[in-house]
Amino acid sequence: MAEVAPAEVGHGDAHDDHHEESFWSKYVFSTDHKIIGFQYMFTGMAMALIGGYFAYVFRMQLAFPGSSIPFWGTLSPAAYNSLVTNHGTIMIFWVAMPVLIAAMGNFCIPLMIGCDDMVFPRINRLSYQIFLLSAVILIVSFFVPGGGFGGAWTSYPPLSAKAEYNSTPFGAPLWLIAVTLEIVAFLLGGINFITTTMNARAKGMKIYDIPMLVWMIVIASILFMCSVGPLVAGAVMLLFDQTLGTSFFDAAAGGDPVLWQHLFWFFGHPEVYVVLLPAMGIVAEVVCVFARKKLFAYKLILFSSIGLGILSFFVWAHHQFISGVDPRATYLFTTTTLLISIPVAIMLFAFIATLYGGSIRFSTAMLFALAFIAEFLLGGVTGIWLGSSGVDIYLHDTYFVLAHFHYTFVPIAIIAVFAAVYHWFPKMFGRMMNETWGKIHFWGTVISFNGIFIPLFILGSAGQHRRIYNFQNFPDLAGQNMQDMRVFATMCLVLMLAFQVIFIVNFIVSLKRGEKAGRNPWNATTLEWITESPPPHGNFGSTMPEVYRGPYEYSVEGREKDYWPQNEKP
Amino acid sequence: MFEFLDKFMPGVLESLIPRASEFAIQIDVLFDVITLLVGFWFVLVLGYFFYLVFRYRHREGRKAEYVTGETHKQKQAIEIPHFLILACDIAIIIPTFVVWYNVKIEVPPPDEEVRIVAQQWAWTFYHAGEDEILGTDDDIVSINELHVKENTQYTYHLESRDVMHSFSVPVFRLKQDAVPGRVITGHFKPILTGEWDIQCAEMCGVAHGIMGARIFIKSEEEHKVWLAANTPIDRGASLLAVTSEEEITESKENKNNG
Repeated sequence: MAEVAPAEVGHGDAHDDHHEESFWSKYVFSTDHKIIGFQYMFTGMAMALIGGYFAYVFRMQLAFPGSSIPFWGTLSPAAYNSLVTNHGTIMIFWVAMPVLIAAMGNFCIPLMIGCDDMVFPRINRLSYQIFLLSAVILIVSFFVPGGGFGGAWTSYPPLSAKAEYNSTPFGAPLWLIAVTLEIVAFLLGGINFITTTMNARAKGMKIYDIPMLVWMIVIASILFMCSVGPLVAGAVMLLFDQTLGTSFFDAAAGGDPVLWQHLFWFFGHPEVYVVLLPAMGIVAEVVCVFARKKLFAYKLILFSSIGLGILSFFVWAHHQFISGVDPRATYLFTTTTLLISIPVAIMLFAFIATLYGGSIRFSTAMLFALAFIAEFLLGGVTGIWLGSSGVDIYLHDTYFVLAHFHYTFVPIAIIAVFAAVYHWFPKMFGRMMNETWGKIHFWGTVISFNGIFIPLFILGSAGQHRRIYNFQNFPDLAGQNMQDMRVFATMCLVLMLAFQVIFIVNFIVSLKRGEKAGRNPWNATTLEWITESPPPHGNFGSTMPEVYRGPYEYSVEGREKDYWPQNEKP
Repeated sequence: MFEFLDKFMPGVLESLIPRASEFAIQIDVLFDVITLLVGFWFVLVLGYFFYLVFRYRHREGRKAEYVTGETHKQKQAIEIPHFLILACDIAIIIPTFVVWYNVKIEVPPPDEEVRIVAQQWAWTFYHAGEDEILGTDDDIVSINELHVKENTQYTYHLESRDVMHSFSVPVFRLKQDAVPGRVITGHFKPILTGEWDIQCAEMCGVAHGIMGARIFIKSEEEHKVWLAANTPIDRGASLLAVTSEEEITESKENKNNG
């Protein structure tokens, strides 16, 4: 099957005499998977700055309610709701998704499986263009009359369905259109990832020779495709309710508002695993390289992730334990939710077991990968309290939930992404990032991250609810102890954001002045490291690589070098 | 059973917030059971993780081992813990079912009933009044104040007039979404006297952040005093509403004069 790809891509033989392209065709309307990956990555990073700024504004309001916030001013309740809503939406749909799936998938998949580009490069370009359009629509929605949508990222009707309830007649539909377009973009991208991996692998690369990151992005894309249908249908119904006056979710006219919750969470929970799996894949790659170890139990990890994917379709109603669904249904969803701890635990155990007997080098990428394991562990186990429907009666919609999912999403979308950037930066741009500044960035980010969310676990256990713009209105929550914890969390957030400046400076300076990276600065085995850094258009020059072994042959006994690249002839 | 178990538990939630309802102890004990089981695994795994990271750090002259993880013996390193986790899951699922049944499914026969109506952005409570029957003329209607008496089994009927709200009484460990178009029934039995917060726990629009109320739990005698002071004598609740409207107009006029 591997020979099919060049013919379909249409520029298979033309690499060497490729003419010099203009800036626009090379960087803006490119069909090169690497450039599209960069487009997704930089758009995602820019959106992360917006999402981080929103978090700064509303955390400042919670720490110092009513006072004027530097770089914002005083915050109204409506603006607070809008910031909270769009922080969540941006961080999931415009940061985690594009960076983890689209950027990593686009940049890494063709390089790792040894082909010259995606199978459908023009669909790939269209995917990014729709994504960019969706981001523009979302940003426009902040500035329309009535302001941006403020009905929480879950957008429950009837609040989201009627302007008389949500007071954002233009913000709500624009928000919904933006989310729907973003989803369309990822459907197009997902088609490419799956097809390319299945059809365009290098000669000799068998199914168990595929690097784990590629597998994870493929499984995540399949999960996404299977789960997203109901959400798109629901989104269209909600858009009709908003703009045409239909009543799909209006109880007074025969609709059912709880229906939206099912459609949303049937997508929403697999979505968690859609972004988790690529992060797991990144960690697998980085841990193997820097522990100089073969990945422990490759097949077990692979089958666990498939099992995890299947099981993830049967847990959605654990978001709805107290939402008025039949209370007996929770017996099923509690059971499935707690059982899903098993495949996740297997994967984490396998990563930890990979460290056993290793020779661990603490590069910045490795530090971030190890931090992912430790932090995600806490995020994962706190899900057990919430998955238990009995305890969820109390904890639902408290800061305990908030702290729990930030302990999963921050490791996924921030910590694992940093591991990926520090690891693949030499391949992406041909230069090394500064390790000293990288380590300062690492410790600053991880310590302040824990400083934000550990107090929020305590606040949540004490009964503090989410999405409330001023806790001084609630006598039981207005105590000085609790306020001190809020101030501490906010200070840690400001610190964490400040440490990202180090990363941005390091990134930009390294682009220009970093030490030149050779082809394989980390002595890694997978195929992306055999080509030049950065890889040329067409990736591997005139001869495409052939594969003779699995992706993680490190420290093989009886060999002089401690790594054995996939393409080296036996 | 829960009272017995509670003696051996760390009491995490109780140290943060009082238990004011009969079933609160069940949720607290379940929380603690999970805390112990999960905490054990968390500390064990994290400890082993840091041990490995330290033990196998890079040192000159030492090469990593080649371990595939595919042999039967190596796989057991993952398979055995995975069965132990399954056992822990079951140990959590069973008490969860019991607690869930007690709190959310079985509604004990009530001594009194209360009707709760949520709307943007206030809570309206319909108390049964002196005849202890809901829906009669002596019902006491109050905004953002729920008055209940200690050691009395209540059934509540929760409604919403507009969007999703969520009736949350943290000291009761009770939370239930209010869904427009439905009347959702549940129960609670206050066991402590005092005054605490009621919060709306579901995003419900611009003023969601101030949609709070207070719950007043009184002893039998104090509750009677409150009832007597608030019962409209010889007039139904409907008349009360008219009076309060008159008062509002009066106060407006006063303002105009001033």
